[in-house]
Amino acid sequence: MRDRLIFSGQLLFTLLIAAFLIVPAALSMLAGVTANYFRGISSGFTLQWIVQVWDLYADTIGRSFLIAGTTLIVTLVIGVPAAYALHVRGGRTSRAIEEIITLPLAIPGLAIALALLLTYNGFSDFRRSWLFILTGHVVFTLPFMVRSVMAIFSAIDVKTLDESASSLGASPLRRFLDVIVPNARPGILAGSLMVVTLSLGEFNLTWMLHTPLTKTLPVGLADSYASMRLEVASAYTLVFFVMIIPLLIAMQMFATWGEVRK
Amino acid sequence: MNGQVHGYHGVAVRIAGCGKTFGDGTRALEPVSLDIARGETLVLLGPSGCGKTTLLRMVAGLETPDSGGRIFFNDADVTHVPIEQRNVGMVFQSYALFPNMNVADNIAYGLKFRGTSAQERTARVAELVALTGIEGLEHRRIDQLSGGQRQRVALARAVAVRPSVLLLDEPLTALDAALRERLRSELNRLLRTLGITAIYVTHDQAEAMALGDRIVVMRKGAIAQVGAPRDIYFAPASRFVAEFVGAANILEGVSSSGTLTLRGGRLAIEKTSVEGPALAMVRPESIAIVAAGNASLTGEVTSVSFVGDRQRLSVSGAADRTIMVDVPNTLMVKAGDRVGLSVDPSAIRLLPKGEA
Repeated sequence: MRDRLIFSGQLLFTLLIAAFLIVPAALSMLAGVTANYFRGISSGFTLQWIVQVWDLYADTIGRSFLIAGTTLIVTLVIGVPAAYALHVRGGRTSRAIEEIITLPLAIPGLAIALALLLTYNGFSDFRRSWLFILTGHVVFTLPFMVRSVMAIFSAIDVKTLDESASSLGASPLRRFLDVIVPNARPGILAGSLMVVTLSLGEFNLTWMLHTPLTKTLPVGLADSYASMRLEVASAYTLVFFVMIIPLLIAMQMFATWGEVRK
Repeated sequence: MNGQVHGYHGVAVRIAGCGKTFGDGTRALEPVSLDIARGETLVLLGPSGCGKTTLLRMVAGLETPDSGGRIFFNDADVTHVPIEQRNVGMVFQSYALFPNMNVADNIAYGLKFRGTSAQERTARVAELVALTGIEGLEHRRIDQLSGGQRQRVALARAVAVRPSVLLLDEPLTALDAALRERLRSELNRLLRTLGITAIYVTHDQAEAMALGDRIVVMRKGAIAQVGAPRDIYFAPASRFVAEFVGAANILEGVSSSGTLTLRGGRLAIEKTSVEGPALAMVRPESIAIVAAGNASLTGEVTSVSFVGDRQRLSVSGAADRTIMVDVPNTLMVKAGDRVGLSVDPSAIRLLPKGEA
């Protein structure tokens, strides 16, 4: 009897917490398909706001995915070899470099954006293109990739694996591709998941770096909240959810599958 | 085992004046010189931190000797040849097998860089799997293997490439005692069968004795003694070697014309030039218990410890310190007995004094 009571209490608590998080999101999405939110659901449901969002902001969605995907590629190409070099080298210099790479975590996004603006304002073509936002996203997400890959390197004694591959005649590139990367896969997958998620949702930096022609999804969302009907902004949230949730679930499943296979 | 395995013996290795100072200034190894004959198994033996692993890693190409040091494979200077081009086979203490490949792929990995066709690789893997006794495990993942099986895979992988020299860094240390002993004799058989030049690092003196054609005893980054296992055991060059290799009684006495005088009596020794105070080494199994009555050296048994195949006595009063004596397990003797000690003169070795 007492156990049942405790269980019921815990269940209630959990449901309350979940409701606290889910109800606002659900309400917002509901607003996105309501004809007139101020009159309530009785005004009827409509898809017109979603159509409007698509007409106005479709490009931000495409751009967000383009930036997230490219950020992932860049952080993989830079981050994995960097983590490998830092781990195998070791020593004081490596630790210092690791700290410097991690610095963007401690610095507010706005400050990083300001620094990038000050540095690259002169390069107007670069400044106006989506590559400028990409730069910010790479700076911001790189530490997550490097850190998660380095964590796996310490866990699997990558240095001895590297030495044993080299004793068998493998060149540095072959050891990296044949032995290091496959064995670091769980860390690389975890890092990738974080990089994509962070890049898709990044607002601080992006808001400072964007131009009217290079808005991303979160920036567009802020824009619609500020200047459109509440229904449009809500419909935008709905679109954001529908786009991102399946992607995140797919990536999470892919990462779990990678873990199991290892 | 086919002719290919038999026909391959590796190279002669020459280490000339190789020392190693690390970046922070610590001297890991004084400059040492060693010649390892083609087909020989050389064991580097010593306590941790003696520089044995550093020396092995230099031969492998994982460390570079301080300037002036040279390493030769036959007559070729390989000092600055990177490890991947040295054609060495290496077995690590942790085995360092590739978790992303199965057993067969691990063994075949090195063959990929030697222009071996897929067909030849398969044949070579089959040959090594048979040689190391791991048939049936070819398609297992590494995390599905026991410690002993991993050790065999690591060995097969290192040997597969027909290395110039096989380098083994404490390959049995990670195993439990019983398995270690069994694998030791398997390893011995394998090294003899292959007849390949091998350098074997260990801190276990029994392993060194069983496997080495010659043993290099190392201490504090320098060579203490080089010799065949019997020489090292019966004729240690120093107190350190005597005590590190097997059990030893180190006794202080006075040598004078063929007699060693100890606190509790005298022992006959072989003719020597050493006269006056001397340090003598006697192995516990070289001492026999005789009746106290007419013995020239006597003492009192203070403890008897029965270890199965023999019993070890502690005898006090005969010398400046308690003497360990190994006697047959059937000898009836108990603490408090007064006994005589007899030692064959050839089993007493005088050591240089003045060494810690």
